[in-house]
Amino acid sequence: MSGPALPGLVVPGTGATRRLLRNATFVTGALIVGFALVMAILAPLIAPYDPYAIDLGRRLVPPAWMEGGTPANWLGTDQLGRDYLSRLIYGARISLIIGVATVITSGLIGTTLGVLGGFYGGRIDDVVMFLITARLSIPVVLVALAVAGLLGTSFTLVILVLGLLLWDRFAVVARSTTMQLRTLDYVSAAWCAGSSHASVLLREILPNIATHLAVVATLEMALAILLEAALSFLGLGVPAPLPSWGLMISEAKEYMFFTPWVILVPGIALFVLVFGVNLLGDALRDMLGTDLSR
Amino acid sequence: MVRFLLRRFTVAILVALTVLTLSFLLTRLSGDLAISIAGPNATQQDVELIRQAYGLNRPLAQQYLDWLLRAVQGDFGESFFFKDRVANLIAHRLPITLTLGLVGLALALVVALPLGIIAAVREGSYVDRGVMLVALIGQAMPSFWLGLILMVVLGLNLGWLPISGTGGWEYYVMPGIVLSFSAIPSLMRLTRSGMIEALSSDYIRTARAKGLSRLSILVKHGFRNAAIPVVSIAAVQLGFMLGGSIVIETVFAMHGVGYLAWESISKNDFPVVQAVILVLALIYIALTLLADLLNAVLDPRLRTS
Repeated sequence: MSGPALPGLVVPGTGATRRLLRNATFVTGALIVGFALVMAILAPLIAPYDPYAIDLGRRLVPPAWMEGGTPANWLGTDQLGRDYLSRLIYGARISLIIGVATVITSGLIGTTLGVLGGFYGGRIDDVVMFLITARLSIPVVLVALAVAGLLGTSFTLVILVLGLLLWDRFAVVARSTTMQLRTLDYVSAAWCAGSSHASVLLREILPNIATHLAVVATLEMALAILLEAALSFLGLGVPAPLPSWGLMISEAKEYMFFTPWVILVPGIALFVLVFGVNLLGDALRDMLGTDLSR
Repeated sequence: MVRFLLRRFTVAILVALTVLTLSFLLTRLSGDLAISIAGPNATQQDVELIRQAYGLNRPLAQQYLDWLLRAVQGDFGESFFFKDRVANLIAHRLPITLTLGLVGLALALVVALPLGIIAAVREGSYVDRGVMLVALIGQAMPSFWLGLILMVVLGLNLGWLPISGTGGWEYYVMPGIVLSFSAIPSLMRLTRSGMIEALSSDYIRTARAKGLSRLSILVKHGFRNAAIPVVSIAAVQLGFMLGGSIVIETVFAMHGVGYLAWESISKNDFPVVQAVILVLALIYIALTLLADLLNAVLDPRLRTS
């Protein structure tokens, strides 16, 4: 790790209240994501029931605080009598795994392209810019649905398709930040000291654009979680009976006009998790003092 | 300027060709398209018949060239399921999707512009923070879920709007609201940051010094400059919204191209899927080209460089 980060980008906040608020944003986000993470990891220990156990005698039992509810199924049961809370807890696994795996895949693709384009410029950069433009013109949801329709639905396919489609923002940010860094003194110094291309890229450039990429990672993770839910909702994401929150909403939507809580429970979980991930990203972005939003 | 336009135009055409190629390759992903079309219950004979009927037994390169030449002329072949020309199907349904996209964009601008400006004027205040919170909420909202909630609340409980289907203006309100949510956060943030930059610039100080009214400074000097990036992003957002309308059209059973694509995907009707992807991509390419042109016209600084 050598050299400062991008000049003018790491600006500590002024005033105690601003700093506190920024921390509050970060803390709230971290609490939400941390809570989901604990649920996902400890699911077998926390979940009161098997999320796949069907009990047709106890279908659509309302949550405990509603009329007809029972503390035995704190969030009620679904149309097949499966415990909603248990399915919700296991569902956190799906959202988080898909979010993280997608970000790793798309981050690798996007960062590689962006850094190469920004670093070498010229023809290479033209190609990278072209790829970014082409990728942006492809409608993500439509292509993801079409691929799932052709190849059949599966958990890994969702990750692969989203990972191959959501790299554009990584590439854009990696490219522009690398361009800014390339001309800085310490990078030139590394050149003069006889460092190889690979060494300059890996040791001087990458560590210094990492925080910017972290902001993109939160945005893309939030997007991937939402997209997985949307794909599963349309029946072309992860296959049943997996307790994906999007799939839970889809299975419950027939009953929503009579018992609206069936779509409220998984929907709120989805909203809160994505909100938490975005809060983390916002706090990071504030720390950097840049606006990467599109 | 001419060089810039020429270059921009060449790139647009190359991107269009790339998307054409990709959407062709996409349908060949499964290996044997004939088996996919025939469905799980088909016999070996059925598959062979389909292979011959659709020319799938020819070499891939020949199929590709043939498809490309037809697609360039606007001929996307015939739908397996609807038994109609794909071009006809899309032409009938595209107006619905475009209307929905424009309604969504209009709603998004109506909400995002004033909020973004207010947040910029009161930068750092509670109003500003409230506006940023709205942006975060919009960003985290699952569109299909919001759609269902609106159906229950506005459609069923209050009875103000039709729950779902295709028809007059009232059918566009709920899907439009849902669609606008995807564009509001970025438009709002952009308006806010553009206004903050504009308000701290020298020409605003000059305008203040001349004693112009607050409103006139805000609108004439501030917003006019902040609006340049907003206009181009609005065009790009419209493209994204059209691409994303497949989810919303499916939720609300609106018979636009998104719903058509979803139906076709579930019926293994690949010529239609291919064509919808292509049409939406082309619209996006045209919109970004338009955004760049608008930018060049609106911002004299870009014209010369």
